[in-house]
Amino acid sequence: MSERTLRVGLPILVLALVVLAWHLVVHVFAIPPYVLPGPGLVLATLIGDGALLWQSLLVTLATTFEGFILAAIGGIGLAILFSQSRVVEYSLYPYAVILQVTPVVAIAPLLLVYLPQPLAVLACAWIVAFFPVLANTTLGLASVDHNLIALFELYKASRWQLLWNLKLPSALPQMLAGLRIAGGLSLIGAVVAEIAAGSAGAGSGLAYRIAESGYRLNIPRMFAALLLLSLAGVAVFFLLSALSHLVLRRWHESALKRER
Amino acid sequence: MNPPASEIVSLRSVGKTFDSGTVALGGFDLAVRAGEFVSLLGPSGCGKSTALRIIAGLSAPTKGAVQWPEGAGQTGFVFQEPTLMPWADVAANVRLPLTLARSDGAQASAAVAQALQRVGLGEFATAFPRELSGGMKMRASIARALVTEPQLLLMDEPFAALDEITRFKLNNDLLALWQALRRTVIFVTHSVFESVYLSQRIVVMTPRPGRVFTEVAIPASYPRDERFRTSAEYAGYCRTVSEALGRAMGGAS
Repeated sequence: MSERTLRVGLPILVLALVVLAWHLVVHVFAIPPYVLPGPGLVLATLIGDGALLWQSLLVTLATTFEGFILAAIGGIGLAILFSQSRVVEYSLYPYAVILQVTPVVAIAPLLLVYLPQPLAVLACAWIVAFFPVLANTTLGLASVDHNLIALFELYKASRWQLLWNLKLPSALPQMLAGLRIAGGLSLIGAVVAEIAAGSAGAGSGLAYRIAESGYRLNIPRMFAALLLLSLAGVAVFFLLSALSHLVLRRWHESALKRER
Repeated sequence: MNPPASEIVSLRSVGKTFDSGTVALGGFDLAVRAGEFVSLLGPSGCGKSTALRIIAGLSAPTKGAVQWPEGAGQTGFVFQEPTLMPWADVAANVRLPLTLARSDGAQASAAVAQALQRVGLGEFATAFPRELSGGMKMRASIARALVTEPQLLLMDEPFAALDEITRFKLNNDLLALWQALRRTVIFVTHSVFESVYLSQRIVVMTPRPGRVFTEVAIPASYPRDERFRTSAEYAGYCRTVSEALGRAMGGAS
């Protein structure tokens, strides 16, 4: 079998086996659906509650997307600022780290006190997503070939030319790696904030649906929402990987096929 | 060849001490005439690359001065590595100096095409650096240095990382270019054989701190080719230069 068939076929086979085992366990031990619903019931719920869950998915995805865009702008912008001014870098970098290492679950309730709920959720998504963009872009901007910098100096390049024609393209692979991580983290940030906000009762995102279903012991809907959330995360990851590949395919080692 | 040429650049007792305290150059004197092919020869760490960077203005001397009797023009610089931008194709890499100088489009394109022709890369304008062999990358690097038509070309061990066959080929092509364009070349190398093959004059340097130990003229006529490379005359010059280098290093290896 070809490499490609194996790569696609094996995970599907594993999935089929797990679903089958899941179904058998539920069936054989007669586990009630409020403890563990079978795969058939989860699928039925996914279709039955489709409209409601789809609405919630869109809310969560919108937050994820907005958080990601803001994280991209903030992370890349701040990294550029750092690369231009050491004073700014030394002044702000420690706080960016503090923002990153403080668990967002702990920040979310505080943000919910001060901000309206949608804004607080967005802020959480942004906080967790922006740091990898900042850290990776900073690394990329600092890793430019010294000889190329010397070459730009030799031809009297302006600061702007050095940034635009050398540093940014050179940092692109690291920047894209940061964005790829940020996409997933933005979703996590949004979910965490929705869960934290859930008790306030104003939310309508997918994570809120999970929390709500938990309170109501509607376990099949919990599973259905969780499944959608995973699929959303996978989709975000693939979209960003595809973007990275498209941008780098002509020149960067990471996107090149190795000839053997 | 045309002896009473004017000086294009001279270094007067130039010294360079790095922040770390390393004395790279101490009282280095060099005068290069227009159109000359000069090699700086010495062991690694003798400051020959530092001298080249000082001439290029990439590094400031801590003592002494660099003088340009005719005024400092644009110089071309070729690094030991090809130093190409991997995200840009060959044409865009060669065009870089013109892009940075905000040069006019059509004229710049013509200059790029001409520079690529000169180094034999006319067909590879749209290739990316990773698609080229080591020798071709170095040719692209040389084309980039030539695209601004500099009077002075500075080369920092450009062929050191190449295999011998490619190096010989590039040596020949470089000499052909030099003869066709009549530019001044200052060539840094640690290879006795390469310096003798290429240069009209070899400046042998001592290590730590780097200064001029002696100069050896190589009066053999150009064009030089494989016949020169295998001649007794060439072998004789190589012996002379090797001995000078040995004495410069104080007999120590």
